[in-house]
Amino acid sequence: MRSQLLQMAASRLLPVTMILSLLVFYRGHNDPGGGFIGGLMAAAGFVFYALAFDTREAEKKLRVSPLMLIASGLSIAFISTLPALFAGNPFFTGEWVSISLPFSAKLKPGTPMLFDFGVYLTVWGIMLTVIFNIMEE
Amino acid sequence: MILPALPVLFPLITIIFLLINFQRREWQPWIGLTGSLLQLILAVFILIRVRYEGILVLHTGNWQAPFGITLVVDAFSSIMILLAGIIAVSISIYSFEAIDRQRQSFFYFPMVHGLLMGVNGAFVTGDIFNLYVWFEVMLMASFVLITLGGEKKQLRGAIKYVTLNLVSSLFFLAGIGLLYGKTGTLNMADLALKLSVANNNILINSSAVLFFVAFSIKSAVFPFFFWLPASYHTPPVAITALFAGLLTKVGVYAMIRFYTLFFVQDKLFWHPLFLWIGGFTMVVGVLTAASQYDIRKILSFHIISQIGYMIMGLGIFTVAGIAGAIFYMAHNIIAKTNTFLVAGLINRATGSYDLKSIGGLYKVRPWLAILFIIPAFGLAGIPPLSGFFGKLILISAGFNAGEYVISFIALAVGLFTLFSMVKIWNEAFWKARPENSGPSEGENEKLPVSMVLPVVFLGLLTLTMGFAVRPILDFAMDASLQLLNPGPYIEAVLGSDYLSH
Repeated sequence: MRSQLLQMAASRLLPVTMILSLLVFYRGHNDPGGGFIGGLMAAAGFVFYALAFDTREAEKKLRVSPLMLIASGLSIAFISTLPALFAGNPFFTGEWVSISLPFSAKLKPGTPMLFDFGVYLTVWGIMLTVIFNIMEE
Repeated sequence: MILPALPVLFPLITIIFLLINFQRREWQPWIGLTGSLLQLILAVFILIRVRYEGILVLHTGNWQAPFGITLVVDAFSSIMILLAGIIAVSISIYSFEAIDRQRQSFFYFPMVHGLLMGVNGAFVTGDIFNLYVWFEVMLMASFVLITLGGEKKQLRGAIKYVTLNLVSSLFFLAGIGLLYGKTGTLNMADLALKLSVANNNILINSSAVLFFVAFSIKSAVFPFFFWLPASYHTPPVAITALFAGLLTKVGVYAMIRFYTLFFVQDKLFWHPLFLWIGGFTMVVGVLTAASQYDIRKILSFHIISQIGYMIMGLGIFTVAGIAGAIFYMAHNIIAKTNTFLVAGLINRATGSYDLKSIGGLYKVRPWLAILFIIPAFGLAGIPPLSGFFGKLILISAGFNAGEYVISFIALAVGLFTLFSMVKIWNEAFWKARPENSGPSEGENEKLPVSMVLPVVFLGLLTLTMGFAVRPILDFAMDASLQLLNPGPYIEAVLGSDYLSH
């Protein structure tokens, strides 16, 4: 069953969900949100897309395979533990850098955020792998 | 210092490499094997470090002990990590041929390493909630492995396996919640400290019972064992061998850790209970095994009966008793995995696991008989193989501690184990082949080297453990002394500043 309306809605909603999921991911460290919820939301966008079109179209839209998302998510999460070792701290210690932006704003990215981004990608990839597999059957 | 975290990170890195190269199917077993070999080398390195430098501690994220998650490797943990490494390598080699392409392309190797990550994590952690998390990692991977392939009988076995293990996780979590409510800490060393000065033992026992039920289900001891023989014979034999070697032993490990480190207040209640449970586990396991005719079922029931010996060692609760339990665990992990691997070889050679429809193997493949006899008679406790010394240490510890009943039970169970092993020997190797069974496929083929190699490797280890009892037992004694005298462990984790407050 192909619905023109659903397809239009899905293709418009996909970028919105992606941006929203990134926002939720970013506010994660200090406010409710984070990599897990962000990853779920990102997956929800693509699942909706796959419902409106089909899984092959959604995979084409995704460009990389969900498996690669999992692999890169795990790698990023692992890499995020390394800066602590180079700084001479125990394994997994959070390391932060401070970047000054114009208008006296400050950005403080750190390894916990990198780790969380790994979680984001892993959850996104796993949800898509599982749901696409079920939908194809 | 990162060493205590490495047993968890190595499988993780292996998983990443496996996923990145997922399209290159022929690389998968090789990557898996490389990961396992590195893990084994790491385990040997950790064992040496622990032997010469004492307990290794890592406060992850630089959060000091009672607040953050602490990873601790003491002698007992390092022995278990080494055993996990040995099993990892054997299973990785065995899987080259024993696992079909279909299963390999559905995440078999990543899942094996996921399981190893959970198992190693459970061995290194010093935090009870973290232990729960590693149990879950291990179970998730095992749920996938046991259903991998989706055969009908596999799913039937998996339902029992999954349900019972979820129930056990529930008990475990409830126990953690209660204990955390009472003491306000999850760190094992801190718990030991707080519970040693607690004056209300009855309150502590409610969580101790929850943990006991949780670990009893995981390690399949007497009243909670029925999920094991219902599910373990269903997946391919390489997966069963992996489960038989490691999964139940993680439950026993957790039980020994908990009931030597911090649940030690109510000795009069717990130690006789352990002896009773150990005795029943041995007897029930070995008697039900005697009535089976499927090789894998016989071996599955024997897992249960062997767990009884380890629980008995915990119940005796002397240095020799715990050391016996550790030695027995080491012997059992190696020999049990090996018997399952040999069962896989028998199946390759005859096309069946059913003892009634096979026979005459000794005539066709005499060396297969030798490969079988080493682990099987090891399990039964024939000198000079490792099982004999395991039983000798445990039973003499029992007599020295004045526990005569359980020691006689252990002796008798040894005889019945011998009966079951001789039964497999008679039926599969000695008796003539049944008339009505036609020639099977693999009849005249050579068995693949990759399946024979791990069997030889584990068989040699069983022999080595029999001939080099002294150094291994010394190390088990060290581990046991560390367990029964938790002072240094607590101090290593919490630091002397914290203790002086």
